[in-house]
Amino acid sequence: MGGIASLMRTAEEFWAILKRQQVTFAAGVPCSLLESILNAAQVDVDLTYIPAVREDVALGIASAAHLSGRRGAILLQNSGLGNVVNPLTSFNLMYRIPVLMVVSWRGYGGQDAPEHLIMGEKTPELLQTLEIPYVVLEAETLDETLAWAVTTMEQRQIPVAVILRKGVVA
Amino acid sequence: MTRREALQRILAQIGEDDLALFTTGMISREAFDLRDRPANFYMLGSMGLLSSLGLGLALQWPARTIWVIEGDGSALMSLGTLPLIASYRPPNLVHIVLDNEVYESTGGQPTITSTIDLTNLAQAAGYPFARHIADAAALDAALADALAVTALRFMLVKVTGRAPEGIGRVTLTPEELKDRFARALMGAPAATHSSKVTPAGRG
Repeated sequence: MGGIASLMRTAEEFWAILKRQQVTFAAGVPCSLLESILNAAQVDVDLTYIPAVREDVALGIASAAHLSGRRGAILLQNSGLGNVVNPLTSFNLMYRIPVLMVVSWRGYGGQDAPEHLIMGEKTPELLQTLEIPYVVLEAETLDETLAWAVTTMEQRQIPVAVILRKGVVA
Repeated sequence: MTRREALQRILAQIGEDDLALFTTGMISREAFDLRDRPANFYMLGSMGLLSSLGLGLALQWPARTIWVIEGDGSALMSLGTLPLIASYRPPNLVHIVLDNEVYESTGGQPTITSTIDLTNLAQAAGYPFARHIADAAALDAALADALAVTALRFMLVKVTGRAPEGIGRVTLTPEELKDRFARALMGAPAATHSSKVTPAGRG
């Protein structure tokens, strides 16, 4: 024990925090960095998780939560951000439909497979360009950061992104 | 049968508590013109997103009938959603494609549905009720059959004609549309709200 490993949070803790924030309806497309979070969602009787065929489809599904008086989330790899640019701009931001976006960060720091390097570098810029509030998650501050994200999306009635690097949630 | 005639016949069958979602472009504008109501949602942008939203709503509101009314271009744009919906098989979802074989709103450029029948794709995806409808009498019969069953339903309706000259746009703002729709939805009894859903055959 000790070192970085002791600081990592579990997927069960991650969902417990979101459930306290009343986020219980989610859809997404897998990423290896989200493996434990997705596996935990599948077996949690208090959560609904829909495995979507694309990230934009996930966003459409999860958006139904807000229209139903609930809170929805999507889970996706940052490479999938490209697939949600249209629904973010022409649907969620335009109608003001908040959704929590849990985005894994492949290509962080330029250390990854070549297909992840460009989007890895552009991920923060892309969210800034779309004016989607975002934060990079840290294990030590996971609770307050996720609470901030949910509060912000409800107050502003727009999607908010939380970015997950390798080693923060096991 | 013109699209306007088809829409009139479909809209007449939408129940008071039903939710009706309309796709981007002329289908939303014509539905707004023919029979606007608070439980109608018009997808002004994001062509192709409608069926995903419909799936999300159908899973959360199992006691309400959800009508997803889109065009051939919209259905083709999000074709992967067909098997996704079929895998969950929400029995309260009625999925209608008004197929005029063109992208009308942008000037009538052809789609590929003059040679591809989306009914076959819906059947292959696993929709338990899938009909190809070529005329008004068949549409009335299919609607009657559809309303008599509780099952995921798909209807491909071949239509012709253009929207009337000068048909207006949806006059409410996106936020007004969303708030109005959410109010119509939340007026439903809380008991109809599902907290946990599983795919058909996987739960």
